[in-house]
Amino acid sequence: MKLKKIAILVCLTTLCLITGCGQNQQEPGTAPANRQTPSAAKKQYEPAYGDMIIRGSIGDASVLLPVLASDSASFDITGQVYSGLVRYDKDIKLEPELAEKWDISEDKLTIRFFLRKGVKWQDGAPFTSKDVEYTYKVIVDPKTPTAYATDFLKVKEFKVLDDHTVEVIYDKPYAPALGSWGQAMLPSHLLEGKDVTQSPLKRHPIGTGPYKFVEWKTGEKITLDSYHDYYEGRPYINRVLTRIIPDLATMFLELKAGRLDQMGLTPLQYTRQTDSQSFKDNFVRYKYLAFAYSYLGYNLQDWKFKDRKVRQALTTAIDREGIVNGVLLGLGKVTDTPYKPDTMWYNHNVKKFAYDPEKAKQMLAEAGWKDTDGDGILEKDGKPFEFTIITNQGNDLRKNAATIIQNDLKKVGIKVNIRVIEWAAFLKNFINKRNFEATLLGWGIGIDPSQIDIWNSKKTGETELNFITYQNPEVDELLDLGASTYDPQERKKYYDKFQEIIAEDQPYTFLFVQDSLPVISSRFHGIEPAPIGIGYNFIKWYVPKPLQKYHIEP
Amino acid sequence: MGFYLLKRLLLMIPVLIGITIISFSVMKVAPGDPVSLVTDLNPNMNEEAIKRIRAHYGLDEPVYVQYLKWLRNMLMLDFGTSFASDNRPVIDKILERIPITLLINLLSMGLILSVAIPIGVMSAVKQDSLFDKGTTVFVFLGFAIPTFWLALLLMILFGVELNWLPISGFRSLNYSDLSFAGRILDIAKHLVLPVFVSAFGGLAGMSRYMRSNMLEVIRQDYITTARAKGLDERTVIFKHALRNALLPVITLLGLSVPGLIGGSVIFETIFAIPGMGQLFYQSVMMRDYPTIMGILVIGALLTLLGNLLADLLYSVADPRIRVSE
Repeated sequence: MKLKKIAILVCLTTLCLITGCGQNQQEPGTAPANRQTPSAAKKQYEPAYGDMIIRGSIGDASVLLPVLASDSASFDITGQVYSGLVRYDKDIKLEPELAEKWDISEDKLTIRFFLRKGVKWQDGAPFTSKDVEYTYKVIVDPKTPTAYATDFLKVKEFKVLDDHTVEVIYDKPYAPALGSWGQAMLPSHLLEGKDVTQSPLKRHPIGTGPYKFVEWKTGEKITLDSYHDYYEGRPYINRVLTRIIPDLATMFLELKAGRLDQMGLTPLQYTRQTDSQSFKDNFVRYKYLAFAYSYLGYNLQDWKFKDRKVRQALTTAIDREGIVNGVLLGLGKVTDTPYKPDTMWYNHNVKKFAYDPEKAKQMLAEAGWKDTDGDGILEKDGKPFEFTIITNQGNDLRKNAATIIQNDLKKVGIKVNIRVIEWAAFLKNFINKRNFEATLLGWGIGIDPSQIDIWNSKKTGETELNFITYQNPEVDELLDLGASTYDPQERKKYYDKFQEIIAEDQPYTFLFVQDSLPVISSRFHGIEPAPIGIGYNFIKWYVPKPLQKYHIEP
Repeated sequence: MGFYLLKRLLLMIPVLIGITIISFSVMKVAPGDPVSLVTDLNPNMNEEAIKRIRAHYGLDEPVYVQYLKWLRNMLMLDFGTSFASDNRPVIDKILERIPITLLINLLSMGLILSVAIPIGVMSAVKQDSLFDKGTTVFVFLGFAIPTFWLALLLMILFGVELNWLPISGFRSLNYSDLSFAGRILDIAKHLVLPVFVSAFGGLAGMSRYMRSNMLEVIRQDYITTARAKGLDERTVIFKHALRNALLPVITLLGLSVPGLIGGSVIFETIFAIPGMGQLFYQSVMMRDYPTIMGILVIGALLTLLGNLLADLLYSVADPRIRVSE
């Protein structure tokens, strides 16, 4: 649950595929967290050690070595067992973790980390700069099948200065560099010189984090116990048990029967099934925006979408508030740019295309689309305005949103077809081959604002992410400047400008950011929602002695 | 007999190889591969990395080479290593899931047989009676009700409202602390709903099959003879008719042997049981070729063995049938 710099741009559906469907996973959350406290004010209790939290997960973890994992279910576990040099605090600012502090050189090319002394691996060995060196080396090793090499390949030189000091040197200033050291550190004394893909640590992790691994029953449960020598102090909750329940309806029944303490609700469960007083007495619901957004992307090589005016008209014709209300039952927010509306990077002053079908018709007419043969569908050069939205199977939110869009566009004279395709075939035969007109998908929103991979003109290769072929030299330059600038205020200027251009160009119709809807048993105290979500202070959560439910020997 | 068995077993080899060739090709025809699932739409991947990973899994070689390599390993009973990110041996992944799948399927098969056979026999004996019509409606109801819906209703009733039975999973969280008897009771409690739900849907097939067998048998001359001899109805039905009517069930049982290790995805998902159905589904979605092939080979082998077993049992159960030497 601890936020690592992981999900950066990994398309949501990749996670969906592995975990069944991620839209209901607990995302690391954000502000303003809206806490639905039970009506009766909680009594004041003293924090106490003990008890167990049982969390529901729809997917099993795949591998518990963070360098190899790419699914959210695995990170949910490894986030508790491992730690990085730095981490994001509750206000999404970098703070020291295994590094006590760091120095950044004047020219922004060198970062020197001073490691915390006295930190012990869960098997008792001391944590030193050797571990950092090993982690760096294994990630950049071409033989390691990892998804996290890119940031670390930018390192020109890695130096171990002494047991507790390391120095990394970059070719040119790279703003996301510091955050990239939130990467989980691996124990070199257990891995050095061995094939990391065959290490027993894949199923039995040993880290420096607040919880240590106990047991993993495939497809059933994963058990973690508190690590008493954790450098920030022993966590209050003695045991964290993650139960794998692939079906959300079943999971909800288990929750109601009191056999689960935490899960992520669906919008339907949140609005219709959890409003009773008895439910509110036993559980506390939370609601905050997730770090992900959904969009309708247009293939800009398709002649119909080449004209910016047409794309603006399409956005104007789509009732995005209607989608949030209809598909998310109001539990989300319309977005106009690829950033999260409640973070500092979001530019609220971009050009907006509010829902207005009449205006959309007019804009389309200006772009040359007119219903010349009177069949209700617009034509240009004798060709009707008809296109297909493709989306992936297994995500009903997307399918439903596409249906609403279909209906909205029909009203302005555009015929839309919808095709839902199994994920692997969807990528291979449609997205990678540019064999689509429009697609409804989602992106995870990284904590770092750099979005070069999605918007850069050159990132249009077969498996690259700019699959809509958006090409704007000004955007390329702004993103490059943003990535090489350390000062947040200065950085924001570049990204603000970038968002203005994107909003004007409308290569995507940005749809919505949905809410994360975790629900937690009310016996857990100390949960303080913050811009980053609720998981950041997990070690401070506790169950007061009189309310403890399970007796777990520490 | 021994020669016959040997002949049949040897004949299975080419059939099995044929099955694997077809399975392998169909699997490869499906778009996407395990690498692209990890690397596509992933900003941290470049061409270089993708090639490296493809080579790591041997996916850069022509399909027939991949097949021959797989076959060579298979001949040495090496199922290979899973392409999923856990990279575990396929055989481990399958073996850890077989016991629970087998247990549920055996129990549900037992339940089906012990309920469907009496229902089928009684329906045939009392053809067109109220009982016959009533059970017909009942078994077809079971056939028609969606499993997931029935399962959820039962979970709400017995798990949440009455709190008599656990809702999902197949053992409690404190399972390892229980005594031996406690463990058996614990698993039994967890299995009540899954076994009932999976058996309920299977009643229709078996009971209708039994009914038509029985109807056919009681119309035969020897039954008339038996009645004419003055035997009482019980002896006629249960001693003379039932035995003959049961013979075709052997075929059915033989054919259901591979089904014993196959699970249902929907059912296992609802009850959160980590069985074979989920494993196979996940493997297909992730294009985990070695695991898919492993499960298919085991399934094919069991199908062939089940057929052989049925043929052999036939000759044991029915004196009219003899295996030709």
